This record gives sequence, structure tokens and C-alpha cells, in this order.
Amino acid sequence: MADVNRGNRPLSPHLTIYRPQFTSVTSILTRITGNALIVGTLLTVWWLIALASGPEYFECANAVMTSWFGKLVMLGSLWALSYHYMAGLRHLWWDSGRGFELDKAKTLAIVVVAGSFVLTILALLII
Amino acid sequence: MSFLTDRKRANGLGSSKSGTAHHWQMMIGSTALILLVPLFVYVFGSAIGLGYDDAIAHFAKPFNAIITGLTITVGMIHFRHGVQIMLEDYVHGHTRTYLIAGAACLSYGLIAVALFALARIAL
Repeated sequence: MADVNRGNRPLSPHLTIYRPQFTSVTSILTRITGNALIVGTLLTVWWLIALASGPEYFECANAVMTSWFGKLVMLGSLWALSYHYMAGLRHLWWDSGRGFELDKAKTLAIVVVAGSFVLTILALLII
Repeated sequence: MSFLTDRKRANGLGSSKSGTAHHWQMMIGSTALILLVPLFVYVFGSAIGLGYDDAIAHFAKPFNAIITGLTITVGMIHFRHGVQIMLEDYVHGHTRTYLIAGAACLSYGLIAVALFALARIAL
């Protein structure tokens, strides 16, 4: 019919055609950390249901949780959570219509990265 | 050769009209998580490494149980909406539909399991 090229049109340019910049990398990391947090959540909820199931099953889940693998997942999740937290605050700041100027956007990117490490270390010190 | 008219084929191909509601939901959820996440990190962090009896006593406390339940519930709804945007960006066709549905099942499933566990521990 009129539209012979249906379903075979080119898509808009995406990630691959742009040169990575500090600000864009911090934005992409927001998505990566947010979605990666599902791994830590699965471990957390599994540990909780094991705790509810009784001492034997808890021993098993707690052994995984306190093993080097569990600690690695939890430490990684803590940083991912801190990073996603900072990036989320930046999103809410942007939603208020502020922080889009080039110099401010660069400052915000540095704040997000630095803040993620500060929050991680702070959490480790308090716990 | 399709018997559909051009008009019929173009129908419904506009915006979903649910984007604003989606964004608003994300803003509300993330604002709640600003408060919940630090509390949860404290509650859950101090539970790791405890023995069985101590861990049960820890999550039997109303504050700890409520913070854990709320954070996982709000967090998983936040995840469901966030992962949907990622899937809409990178996955196309039927695979996209199945993955979005699968992510919703996973999110609500994790909420149900966590709340069940907390109810069993705390009550």
C-alpha cells in the first residue's frame, strides 16, 4: 500500500554513536546500578524467607550471605544503592527544572560519584 | 497483501498517554525511598552476621519489620517501573512484552515472599 517500508525503518541514533562523556557515563550508570540491585534484592529476600523457615535453612542462607561471595554481592549492592540514591536525588533536582547548565551538570556528576563513595563508607562505618 | 486500510493500520500508534502518570509514580516512589533506604540499610546491615535467635528477635521488632517490608514493597514497585523503561529502550516486539510482564511477576513475587517471611517472623 502507501507505506511499502513498513517495519523496516531505521531507529533513532542510540548509545553507540555518541562519544562517552563524564556526564553521560554517570547517567548510564544510574540505569546499570538500578537494575543490578535486583541481584542483592534476590539474595536479601532469600535470606529473609530462610530466616522465616527455621534454623536449618537459615544456616544455609546465612553461610552464603556471610561467605566471600555474599559479602562481595552485599558490598557491591551497597555501592550501587548509594550511587543510585545520589543519582535519584539528581533526577529529582532536575525535575524541579534546575541544574541543566553545562558547568552545573558537570558539578552534579562529580557530586554523584563522590557522594556514592562517601555514602558507602559512611554506611560501613555506622554498621 | 493486507486488506487493512492505511487509516486502520495507523490507528492507536500514537503515544501511550500514560507517560506522565509513569513519571509521576517514579517521582513519588523515589521521594519515599529517600527516607526509607537509609533506614533499611541500617536495619538490614545490623542484622547481617547475627545468629538465628538474634536475627529472629531483630526482625520481630515492629520498627525493623515495618521498615524492611515498606522498603522492599516500594523498592520493587520502583524497580518494576524502572526496568520497564529500560526494556522499552532496548528490547522490541513480543520479547519486550514478555520481559515487562516477567519483570512485574518478579517484582510482585519478591514483595509477597518478603512480606510473608516478615509476617512469619514477627507474628
